[in-house]
Amino acid sequence: MTSVALLGQILDHANRADPYPLYAELRRTPVVRDESGPYLVSTYWEIHSLLHDPRVSSDVRNLAPEARTVAATDDPDLPPSFIRLDPPDHDRLRRLIMRTYGPPHAPRRVYDLRGEISGIVSGLIDRFQGRDRIDLVEDFSYPFPVTVICRLLGVPPEDEHRFHGWADTVATAIEPPSGTPEERQVHREAVREARHQLAAYLSGLIDQRRRAPRDDMISGLATERGGDESPMSVSEMLSNLTLLLIAGHETTVNIITNGMLTLLRHPDALKQLREDPEMIYPLVEELLRFEPPVQLLPERTTLDDIEIGGTTIPKGASLWLVPASGNRDPKRFPEPDRFLPDRPDNQHFGFGSGIHNCIGSPLARLEAQTALTELVRRLDNPRLVEDPPPYRRNAVLRGPRHLAIAYDGVKR
Amino acid sequence: MALDGSLERLRREGHIVVVGASLAGLRAAETLREEGFTGTLTMIGDEPHEPYDRPPLSKQVLLGLVPVDRTALPRRRAIDARWRLGVAATALDMAAKRVTLADGTSVEYDRLLIATGVRSRPWPNELEAGLDGVFVLRTTDDAARLVHRLRAGPRRVLVIGAGFTGSEIASVCRERELPVTVAERGPAPLVGALGGVIGEVAAELQHQYGVDLRCGVMVTGLEGDGAGRLRRAHFSDGDALDAEVAVVALGATRNTEWLAGSGLAAGPRGIACDAGCRAFDVRGIVSDDVFVAGDVARSPHPLFGYQFLSLEHWGNAVAQAEVAAHNMISPGERRRPHLWTPYFWSAQFGRNIKSVGVPNMADQILVSQGSLSEHRFTAVYGYQGRVIAAVTFDQAKWLEFYQRQIERAAPFPLPFTTVDRRTEGMRPVPAGFPDPSVPSHGPEVTVSGHSPTDQRVTFTPA
Repeated sequence: MTSVALLGQILDHANRADPYPLYAELRRTPVVRDESGPYLVSTYWEIHSLLHDPRVSSDVRNLAPEARTVAATDDPDLPPSFIRLDPPDHDRLRRLIMRTYGPPHAPRRVYDLRGEISGIVSGLIDRFQGRDRIDLVEDFSYPFPVTVICRLLGVPPEDEHRFHGWADTVATAIEPPSGTPEERQVHREAVREARHQLAAYLSGLIDQRRRAPRDDMISGLATERGGDESPMSVSEMLSNLTLLLIAGHETTVNIITNGMLTLLRHPDALKQLREDPEMIYPLVEELLRFEPPVQLLPERTTLDDIEIGGTTIPKGASLWLVPASGNRDPKRFPEPDRFLPDRPDNQHFGFGSGIHNCIGSPLARLEAQTALTELVRRLDNPRLVEDPPPYRRNAVLRGPRHLAIAYDGVKR
Repeated sequence: MALDGSLERLRREGHIVVVGASLAGLRAAETLREEGFTGTLTMIGDEPHEPYDRPPLSKQVLLGLVPVDRTALPRRRAIDARWRLGVAATALDMAAKRVTLADGTSVEYDRLLIATGVRSRPWPNELEAGLDGVFVLRTTDDAARLVHRLRAGPRRVLVIGAGFTGSEIASVCRERELPVTVAERGPAPLVGALGGVIGEVAAELQHQYGVDLRCGVMVTGLEGDGAGRLRRAHFSDGDALDAEVAVVALGATRNTEWLAGSGLAAGPRGIACDAGCRAFDVRGIVSDDVFVAGDVARSPHPLFGYQFLSLEHWGNAVAQAEVAAHNMISPGERRRPHLWTPYFWSAQFGRNIKSVGVPNMADQILVSQGSLSEHRFTAVYGYQGRVIAAVTFDQAKWLEFYQRQIERAAPFPLPFTTVDRRTEGMRPVPAGFPDPSVPSHGPEVTVSGHSPTDQRVTFTPA
């Protein structure tokens, strides 16, 4: 059997700025075993097929311990969050969240946030005035989604500052470990401490909202009777709220930062968007295809032998799907390496597909559409200071660590 | 044909007539223009309305979430057509290539697409059907009348027939907190489409939502008061029930009467056509000028033993219309077959139901994921050792996988492990389809043998 040694290179920080040539190399064998153990799937239709295949498990407990290479984002003291579970447990939790997050029970939850989202975006951009340079990550992309999540969940404005602190620390747990053993230990302790404080804070909030519900998601979860199934326990709520926090935080940062980076690299597209703000809808979809915020879906397991792409993946194998590569598959997308803001028929994997398809996608779309439209409209003559910018270590949630942008002024 | 210039002339300046201005007709017209047809296009429809979407009528419209006049179909592109709305086609002369309309006028064509669809089967007793309070549901006008009456808060609604439409109407009534009785001739709701095993689940859901479900009975009569208003219904078991509203949901009748004597292979089963959507005449010879698409068509499907299938499915109407339109203006070697895998959905009693394949061909069923008792599951249908269909209750995202198994003629039962496999998923059981010669409410998939002129099976309601 053939195997490749590409996963190590993909995970190597030196290749973070442009992993796409590696993906192209990977696509030469659509389904292939990497030397390091897992099977890698890199072509569009094969990924699509496996995302809908009930023989593929997302339950991390099905994975051999030695195959667990990605730092677990879950708190060891809490039950697994729903993305780490299979049906029926996954379905129950996802349904319970949806009952307070989306249609048919809560169809206005995201829609009603659009005014607040615009306000947050305007407020952040207002602060760019009187300067000629920003770090988009620190000054915009990072604070923006956390504030939105606070509003969505119902964290009171006076607590937002503390909440940001915990969120930032907890989110660093998804970065691959680095530094000396002592530094790693210090980091682990800091994450643990932040988790505990966050959990204690959320428990208190859940308790308050249970007694005096408001129109927010925590009230919804705290008071939800669950229809015909058992409502979420407090520890399930804590586990899944932490997940929503990290997932909503770390991915939106990258959509917006990658978005501005891509627009600044494609001045025609930027000009087009400035002249026709309606362009933002297909443009964000193309962005999700071109620079997806989640590059790899690691650590799924086969429950049975699966024959696919001319290979049989054996039962019990660790499976890594590479949606960022599927998004560039020439058999699915003509001229896949070109950024075409009005690309037709754009069924990308930017939000995955199948039962684990991103629950936050309606919110993420709204955030990205609002943020990019306003940044492009208000920044006068924006330009990249450094290309490529420095990247974060994480290969899964890939994006710039800083994005310095210079400009001549800020419009009203 | 490709090279003789006549096809080029047709594409440039020919006259294409589409009879039927609903989903299939509209999508065909759009495809014709999309693919470069620049000639004259005439759209004939018996309803006065522009093309609209029907699935919401028994769901969002009846619930009052969407106004009845807001279900117009979104347009993919301008079609620059001559519209003849509110005038039914009444006759076809294939030799003269002419369609006669109800107002006495006629339209000549170079190519004809028939997409006249189906209509709801009326209550067989005309006097009783005419009582104030007796409804059917197929058109926006039907929906407008029914929603108006439901809004008034009738003391009890009777739904006659527990197929998909009847069950959806009953579900809406319960969401509106209206008392509702469902009368079904078969042993369970949805039994014609999904079989007895799934029918049991549907029955449990109806009970759970407070429906007075009566299976194995027929409504023998509808009784009016002195003013001609529905007052009471009588059942075959001797019982009687006071109801102010009765909705007749006994399935559909194909709109083919206007083709009587035309020489086309058209009858109660629909109009037979080949996989390329060309209509057969009664001799079993395909026509090059007359094409068929949508609910009114029946065409052979290679996945199902080349038997003729009639599909009352939204997605089929779209896919078949696109193929028909493409073939109408393409030379032989570029024509495509309509190989759509049957697929439909329903929303009722808090559940999203989706199905792929042809369940009612099956002999066995196996619950491959989830559990019947939780009313959330994926069930796979087998026919002579291969996978022929699947149905999901609240698990639609897995359906694509099972569709691929059907298309690959995978063995049944599927020989592998999946997530969420329960003990009930270890062994197949009989699927429990009733004898097709006594259909209860007209299944939405009809399998009718191999002959284009097969018209033996006819339906007699109640």
